[in-house]
Amino acid sequence: MNPLLQVKNVTKKFGGLTANRDVSFDVEEKEILSVIGPNGAGKSTLFKMITSFLSTTSGEVFFKGEKISNLSPHLVARKGVVRTFQETTIFKSMTTHENVIVAQHLRAKATLAGYFFGTKAAREDVKKFSGTADEILEFLGLDDIRDEIASNLPQGHLRALGIAIGLATNPTILLLDEPFAGMNHDETMHTVGLVRKVRDSGVTVLLVEHDMSAVMAISDRIVVLNFGEKIAEGTPKEIQNNEKVIEAYLGSEDITIGI
Amino acid sequence: MNTFKINQLIGVAIFLFSVFVAVPYAIAASGRWDFYYTLTSVALLSIASAGVWLTFYIGRINIGQGAFALIGGYVSAILVTKAGLSFWLTLPLAGLFCAFIAVLIGLPILRLRGVYFAMVTLVLTEVSRLTMLALPITNGAKGIVSIPLPGALSIFGLTLIPDFSMLKNDKLAFYYVACVLMVICFAGMYRLVNSRFGHLCRSLQQNEELASSIGVNIAYLRIVVFAISSFLGGIGGAMFVAISQSIYPSSFQVSDSINFMLNCFLGGLGYVFGPMLGTLTLYFGWSLLFELGKYQLLIYSSLLIFLMLVLPNGLLSIRFSKMKGVQK
Repeated sequence: MNPLLQVKNVTKKFGGLTANRDVSFDVEEKEILSVIGPNGAGKSTLFKMITSFLSTTSGEVFFKGEKISNLSPHLVARKGVVRTFQETTIFKSMTTHENVIVAQHLRAKATLAGYFFGTKAAREDVKKFSGTADEILEFLGLDDIRDEIASNLPQGHLRALGIAIGLATNPTILLLDEPFAGMNHDETMHTVGLVRKVRDSGVTVLLVEHDMSAVMAISDRIVVLNFGEKIAEGTPKEIQNNEKVIEAYLGSEDITIGI
Repeated sequence: MNTFKINQLIGVAIFLFSVFVAVPYAIAASGRWDFYYTLTSVALLSIASAGVWLTFYIGRINIGQGAFALIGGYVSAILVTKAGLSFWLTLPLAGLFCAFIAVLIGLPILRLRGVYFAMVTLVLTEVSRLTMLALPITNGAKGIVSIPLPGALSIFGLTLIPDFSMLKNDKLAFYYVACVLMVICFAGMYRLVNSRFGHLCRSLQQNEELASSIGVNIAYLRIVVFAISSFLGGIGGAMFVAISQSIYPSSFQVSDSINFMLNCFLGGLGYVFGPMLGTLTLYFGWSLLFELGKYQLLIYSSLLIFLMLVLPNGLLSIRFSKMKGVQK
């Protein structure tokens, strides 16, 4: 069977700088795959190319056998490949609930004109969106802050809301960009739980992350990048014992990657 | 919630009553017929400002509405004088033509953000003025004058609007037409902003990248909004031409474009009815200061700066902050 997502020989150059060189890996259905690497290894660039926020210099990305690189971001989202953002990117002046309602754009049946004139399909959509938003918020444990303005929320909740926005689009594969950055241990473990829950609900998860303990705890498989190139791929255990990886991170053995 | 709805209905009823009954009655009683022209202008300018407001709603500063008002005015004037079409037919045509131009221009320039978009739209106003000076069909600086008043509009023999040249009081007729257009425009805007369309516009205003990551075709939405905005500008401009029965390249200039934008700022960018209140305040404020002679502009602009410092969210924010206080 074909893998769900295939990254094939992807290269990205910014002028003279090569951010990614010839990166290839597959993402299987319903796994949690993490992409790790030191700062500047090209992880975020890779993410942006998978979701077509950036075009590739060469190479392609396939989703269910269909090419999705070098399209428009909204077209990739429509196919079911949805990303969240590194920063706490949400719709700041809306409430939590409104954020998730807006994000259900892809589930809409009515047209924009339909919403304007209040057709039957539009009214049903509006009702359904509100219900689904409540379900998603409850699923992620955000129902307490349903009516809070998003800009007032603390970090941990913002990340969860980012994931909620991603889930609202009904994705097949969700790309999380550093979901644990800037979190304390408790918040990280809570979010790890959420990501597992998302996977268990049938969504494939691809994430970019710095936090090693979280990555080791959560991933089924890990892809390691260094200076834009893939240097290793395997289960957390294999990665922990991979000499190239250890060297890339520190030049020698160290406890930060759990060895 | 329910009392809020009732309050809203009462508010709308009072507004409609004052616009269509109280104001004409007061003017008839006081004999200040010149107020009709002023209020008609306010109504039309607020329609054009409503368009600018909508582009603000997707996070774009639009200082180009004067261009579309001018284009709309010329389209109507040319169609009436050269092609002999009824004014009532040229009114929507002027709007649609502006919307079409907006799509063409919007495709490249809507990619710009912030001050860059503002600059380009500012230039747009000047470009349209120069174009109208240069084109043969617009009659250059002499403009198009003595445009006939709007004729009768009848559908299936039923006269909806009488011939304006037969009326004893065409000022009152223009006032009514302008107010009806304004009411339709703002009712439509209110509906638009409170429907899903408005939610998506807000998502665009706050974060375009996130909006596209949830599958919103941001380029398409931006174009639609800019087209609606320019449509309203065209309608406003065409109506103005019908009233003044003439149009020149200088009928709408950069200063008008800036005023449209100021109307929105003053009324409040967060409120649909902001541009209406803003236009009324700005227009009357300017006229009231006329007595001050050469200090008019100085005091006027100082007042504006002061207002923006004290009320950065516009005049309507006073009312809304009070209401929130009551709810608590």
